[in-house]
Amino acid sequence: MKAGIILFPGINRERDMAIALENSGGVKPRMIWHKETDLGDLDLVVIPGGFSFGDYLRCGAMAAQSPIMAAVRAHAARGAYVLGVCNGFQILTEAGLLPGALLRNASLRFLSMDCHLRVERANTVFTTRYQQGQTFRAVMAHGDGNYFADDATLDRLEGEGRVAFRYATATGEISPEVNLNGSARSIAGIYSDNLRVLGMMPHPEDLVDPLMGGIDGKPLFDAIAAA
Amino acid sequence: MGRDVNQQLAREFGLTADEYAKVLEIMGRTPTLTELGIFSVMWSEHCSYKSSRVWLRQLPTKAPWVIHGPGENAGVVDIGDGLAAIFKMESHNHPSFIEPYQGAATGVGGILRDVFTMGARPIANLNALRFGSPDHPRTRRIVDGVVRGIGGYGNCVGVPTVGGEVNFHPAYNGNPLVNAMTVGIARQDRIFLSAAAGVGNPVVYVGSKTGRDGIHGATMASAEFGADSEEKRPTVQVGDPFTEKLLIEACLELMETDAIVAIQDMGAAGLTSSSVEMAGKGGVGIVLDLDQVPARETGMTAYEFMLSESQERMLMVLRPEREGMARAIFEKWDLDFAVIGHLTDTGRITIRHQGRVEADIPLAPLADEAPLYTRPTVESPKGEKINPARIEDRVGLTAALKTLVACPDLCSRAWIWDQYDSTVGGQTTKRPGAADAAIVKLDGLKRGIAMTTDCTPRYCAADAEEGGKQAVAEAWRNLTAVGARPLAITDNMNFGNPEKPEIMGQFAAAIRGMAAACEALDFPVVSGNVSLYNETEGKGILPTPAIGGLGVLDDVSKAVGLALPPWLDIVLIGVTTGWLGQSLWLREIGGREDGAPPPVNLQAERANGDFVRAQILAGHVRACHDVSDGGILVALAEMAMASGVGARVSTHPRDIPGHAFWFGEDQGRYLVACPDSPALIRAADAAGIPALRIAVSGGQDLTLPDGGTISIAALREAHARFFPAWMAGPG
Repeated sequence: MKAGIILFPGINRERDMAIALENSGGVKPRMIWHKETDLGDLDLVVIPGGFSFGDYLRCGAMAAQSPIMAAVRAHAARGAYVLGVCNGFQILTEAGLLPGALLRNASLRFLSMDCHLRVERANTVFTTRYQQGQTFRAVMAHGDGNYFADDATLDRLEGEGRVAFRYATATGEISPEVNLNGSARSIAGIYSDNLRVLGMMPHPEDLVDPLMGGIDGKPLFDAIAAA
Repeated sequence: MGRDVNQQLAREFGLTADEYAKVLEIMGRTPTLTELGIFSVMWSEHCSYKSSRVWLRQLPTKAPWVIHGPGENAGVVDIGDGLAAIFKMESHNHPSFIEPYQGAATGVGGILRDVFTMGARPIANLNALRFGSPDHPRTRRIVDGVVRGIGGYGNCVGVPTVGGEVNFHPAYNGNPLVNAMTVGIARQDRIFLSAAAGVGNPVVYVGSKTGRDGIHGATMASAEFGADSEEKRPTVQVGDPFTEKLLIEACLELMETDAIVAIQDMGAAGLTSSSVEMAGKGGVGIVLDLDQVPARETGMTAYEFMLSESQERMLMVLRPEREGMARAIFEKWDLDFAVIGHLTDTGRITIRHQGRVEADIPLAPLADEAPLYTRPTVESPKGEKINPARIEDRVGLTAALKTLVACPDLCSRAWIWDQYDSTVGGQTTKRPGAADAAIVKLDGLKRGIAMTTDCTPRYCAADAEEGGKQAVAEAWRNLTAVGARPLAITDNMNFGNPEKPEIMGQFAAAIRGMAAACEALDFPVVSGNVSLYNETEGKGILPTPAIGGLGVLDDVSKAVGLALPPWLDIVLIGVTTGWLGQSLWLREIGGREDGAPPPVNLQAERANGDFVRAQILAGHVRACHDVSDGGILVALAEMAMASGVGARVSTHPRDIPGHAFWFGEDQGRYLVACPDSPALIRAADAAGIPALRIAVSGGQDLTLPDGGTISIAALREAHARFFPAWMAGPG
């Protein structure tokens, strides 16, 4: 699995992501500046978290217009893998690679805390090391993670099995109390129609080492590395 | 700005008649407006430390592991593996009162620049915050703005905010304190200093463009507030964390090369202080051509360019042959890069603008003849020692504990932490609230850095010397409680008007106490900041010498937190006398804010801490928490709330009243949870360390010696209530 991480100015979780990818895959990912135009023969492109271009416009809107994004679109179109986390998820929606949008958190405050994610299907390239319906811990760190799409889109995502993760209790119950950013239908992550592009708000890459409080995120990177 | 330069204008710029006379003597003529501006900011309290320098010299600043002490942009200590930790704490009090969000945000930005300008990648931010009474109508807006500002800046630049402290007291109603600390890591052979060298070398400006914001911010920070403070809002700078992030990456990329001769951030007094200090320290001269400075607006005068405090700017002296390579790096990051001058051998700073020389000042007298005052001091009366036997307990242990864990000074700070990204970087081993000190691991190594901020202002107000001692000791204790080896501190001295003898008396006494503690604990001061004139309409703050402590762990897997595991004995280390003076029990339950604060026995502090650290590193301790605000029972409740595991508490020694034993605030104490308490107590006895088993963990309740029982769930609920309820309240 050859992985690359795209760097937009203002991205700040690229090192966390590189550690997680190398930890599972054994190879340092390639770092790709946003003004580059060629992804080469990468199997996986990752867009990490941060504040691309300061998020001074809509989150991810500027990054979606960067030169590298044409190559990311082509990469996705040929059926290769893309993972966008946090700002990366926002950029994927702004680029039209995933439907919907991420709005301000319902509380209108930045949320930095652990959450539990329920695995909605365990048979995609990202989730084979989890069980369907299990929960795992991930780190929320965002101001704009409130997933929004119109009802028709949400119905379609659910009908096509494209909801990747939902915010849940530790035991897997869905409730407004644990859907802290107010996401539609508690959605924390979604897939493209071919299930090869995943966007998610919480950070699995910050829980891959027991010293950092747990390894709940590691199965996701192990699964990708084995694909 | 066509005003005549005279003594009247000098006074408006904050210079006294004597200081202005000195300016005239140095210049041998009437200075230009730009020159007067340069003198006034360089000689402001904020930049010159003119009232505090004589006292700061008394602080110990040396140890074998200190690489650079005070005098550089930040302190530098050896942490092993050829690496250095670079750190400093700095205040942004005045701006945060006028405009809380931007004041706090630019405070974070400024301290980050002090650290990465020396070649360090910032790995952690902390803060120390003091706010007015929660009942005061302005406090909530200030807390909200400050927290949003710290988060807004720190989260965006991608440096985790891992720790801090918060107090409320009416003395801060008109003058909140926002002290921000940054810790960075650099290779010891790649540390960058600010002394300019090499006549003819280019002086390069990088970062944001210069605008008219923050003009005379340093002067504002050197005066008391009156009723007109609102009108000072234009002197507050506006932060741009995105540009700061680019500046960090571009500077660190350039620092991988040999291009930089000297570098300094443009902080308070902007282009003036950076150019004057760089050239002055290097013993060279400097010529600046302001027509080359990237400007955000048109029509700016030389005075405005030199005094602007626009953020996210750096000044560098480069090797001339590396200029092209350096320019390419900054252009890649979409940052301005401009050669705005060069070094000379004249020993003068010469400012050119639109074909005219706007300033021409000899640098040596500007630095050497800066005012230095030994202001008169008067010692404040100290609080009387309180006999605990004469303080009646009217509420009992259970009710008192419930009240204390819910009070604003002790309640959960989760509402604040939850707005700060504490995990970015992927190395945060102990997050806020998990341990007495935050721990951030170094990528690829076992080694980690422990950090804390501490001060107990109510102790300082009652006895500034004991309070200064206690602030340093508590920082040392918090680092020890996670298993770290304490290395050094940064201090942020927040006081009132130094022209009042009682304020200078507090300052001198606090320094005395701090110096004694630094000496006894081998815990030198390596950087710091002084913020005076923290007064509004004549009312001063509590003396607040905030301490930022830094320690190292050779192996972070040996660190312990405060979460209490089940089925362990809890042993109290240190002497308990039942000291109620200035305790939170006395204030929150007894309704009295008086008495002498608990004294710190520095020999016992050292011995107890060295014992606890050795036990942690030997693997004999599963959880540890220092005993501070609220005493033993509050410390135990905090350990229980952190894990959800309860405890059964033993009876206390009969010679001390129960409420004094359990809630007194004697210093130098720890609670340790251990699987083999007899062995630990034997080891303590052998070392002459007081150790007493006080509880056994397990279950879901805290069972108190008076028979009362509180569920951990109820404690957590009480502990968590204050901030969300207060913030959601009306108005």
